[in-house]
Amino acid sequence: MSVLNAPPIVSSRRDYVDSFTLARYLDTGGYSALRKALTMYPEVVAAEVDAASLLGRGGAGFPAGRKWSMLRRSAISYLVVNGDESEPATFKDHYLVERDPHQLVEGVVIAAYALQVSQVFIFLRGEFALGLERVQQALNEAYAHGAIGSKIFGSDFSIDVVLHPGAGAYICGEETSLLEALEGKRGFPRIKPPFFPAVTGLYGEPTVVNNVETMSNLPWIINHGGAAFAALGAGRSTGTRLFALAGDVQNPNVFELEMVKNTFRDLIFDPALGGGLTPGRTLKAFIPGGVSAPWFGPDLLDTPLGQDEVGNLGSMLGSGSVVVLDDASCVVRATWRITKFFSRESCGQCTPCREGSGWIERIMYRLEHGGGRLEDLDLLLDLCDNIAPGLTWPPQQTTICVLGPSIPSSVHSAISMFRDDFVAHVNHGGCPHD
Amino acid sequence: MSHFRSDIRQRAEELIALYPRKRSAMLPLLHLAQENDGYLSEEGIAEVATLTDTTAADVRGTASFYDMFHLEPVGTYVVGVCTNIACLLAGGEELLEHASATLGCAVGSTSDDGLFTLEETECLADCNLAPCVQVNHRYVRTTTPDAFDAMVRDLRDGRLDHEVPRHGTLIRVKRQGGLRVAKEDLARERASALAARTARAETAAPVVAQAGAPAVPPETK
Repeated sequence: MSVLNAPPIVSSRRDYVDSFTLARYLDTGGYSALRKALTMYPEVVAAEVDAASLLGRGGAGFPAGRKWSMLRRSAISYLVVNGDESEPATFKDHYLVERDPHQLVEGVVIAAYALQVSQVFIFLRGEFALGLERVQQALNEAYAHGAIGSKIFGSDFSIDVVLHPGAGAYICGEETSLLEALEGKRGFPRIKPPFFPAVTGLYGEPTVVNNVETMSNLPWIINHGGAAFAALGAGRSTGTRLFALAGDVQNPNVFELEMVKNTFRDLIFDPALGGGLTPGRTLKAFIPGGVSAPWFGPDLLDTPLGQDEVGNLGSMLGSGSVVVLDDASCVVRATWRITKFFSRESCGQCTPCREGSGWIERIMYRLEHGGGRLEDLDLLLDLCDNIAPGLTWPPQQTTICVLGPSIPSSVHSAISMFRDDFVAHVNHGGCPHD
Repeated sequence: MSHFRSDIRQRAEELIALYPRKRSAMLPLLHLAQENDGYLSEEGIAEVATLTDTTAADVRGTASFYDMFHLEPVGTYVVGVCTNIACLLAGGEELLEHASATLGCAVGSTSDDGLFTLEETECLADCNLAPCVQVNHRYVRTTTPDAFDAMVRDLRDGRLDHEVPRHGTLIRVKRQGGLRVAKEDLARERASALAARTARAETAAPVVAQAGAPAVPPETK
């Protein structure tokens, strides 16, 4: 049974058509958290976020409080907001920036105050034209309202927030690649170590990079306290989370759910949520956290929507996007399209990813479109093994960033779970669904 | 002599001033260059190079990494149809094929009248309305072939001009207000905040957050 009684934290204004305006935001308690935060010591604000145990909502799930505590003390430091949402079937940040940009802005200024950074950059995906306009409008309004700029709300704190449009590159969601793009370069992920931008980030200065949804949680946390946030959910997964449900379901959408209290079955089948599959169809598989994640079969439907709950079963909650595949959909076709995506988006720095993604895509193409061979299955797994040795989860890495090791997830899952479908494609000389 | 229109040139200079280093303005400036010309022309690239103290080769090398930058002329309307996983399951490939027939151009090319360029895109993050279509990065809620054709007619007849600007124009909302905070003021503020914090750490017990605890009084100045 779904548990839907948790308060909406980041989507509380979803029913207002004018949710993106300053008037509506102020009418619904907007900027009260920032006013409150400015009366607290910065380290108390940070401690509140730490007490909330807020896990980063971008995909890796790193605790935001710990990331903040790692920020190297320096005369100059930066906060960069990662709004380059590009993981296929993830559309929660898109919702947040278009529908509640002031909530993001308020969260950003709270974080900037807690961290005492010198400047904030909101890096937003370039394809979000409306989102960019809504955020710029919100920044303009916030400035006029005194919530950004000099001496915010009469306090002794000033900050400048700059909106920075991306230009179409999935890899820029990787934080060091994003920093390169923000420095005006090609978006190549940086070699690690240094592992953390909090030590060496933008222009080599300490930089905190946080996701849009992570930032959007801050006003609520400051208003209600970290403990109230931590009381929601269970284990390491506290608070609520936006889940983007897509694919073969009746009602694909973004849903805010309390962490852990609901399962994938609830999300997909509850009439108030996904509403189930097309009548007469059955569930074939689902992807629990973006196309970089290994797939789950129907046997894992009752897995709770939590970081470790999914992680312990060999996949990840990732970006919070769930893709549903029913029995009328071709898993080989779906896998091929995912590999085509990675092949297009590989930045080209590391050989295993650059070459491997293209080889895998071409083999997947011939399996789906005719010309596939039975030995292709072993060849695919061998190539995958070259990118992520051992095909374990979390994956071993042969590349600078995690794009490479994300490529084998779908291929390995699909072959392990649906080998018969691949064999049918080989025998049929193409896709039997066509 | 600037190649950019005077208003774009002014916005470009304002943009550069927002960043600690000129080169950081590269992506927004390239978007402006596209707004000026509809694509990245030789002249536009040269101007961005001058503005960022780089070379044309450097600018071109950077721009070529990003899908949204066009180094060749494109149509007034760049139509993107997504075929990634959620759209694939919702008929994105079929819609792309249909779009190609309607617009009279192959995927990746421009119609003879120069009005439309058709692209196959990766996930546009609007999966609840799959299959997704963007025109000049504006979402159009087009899910059926008929709706797509109607949209194309509307674009041709100028009925969507208020929603969909010509290709290249990305952000129509101008940044307002002097958001710039003087460096010296900021440095002074941060230094005094840090000093106050150090003093607190030396004199007081460690700060622990408590839910619902009364707010700590503002620092005395």
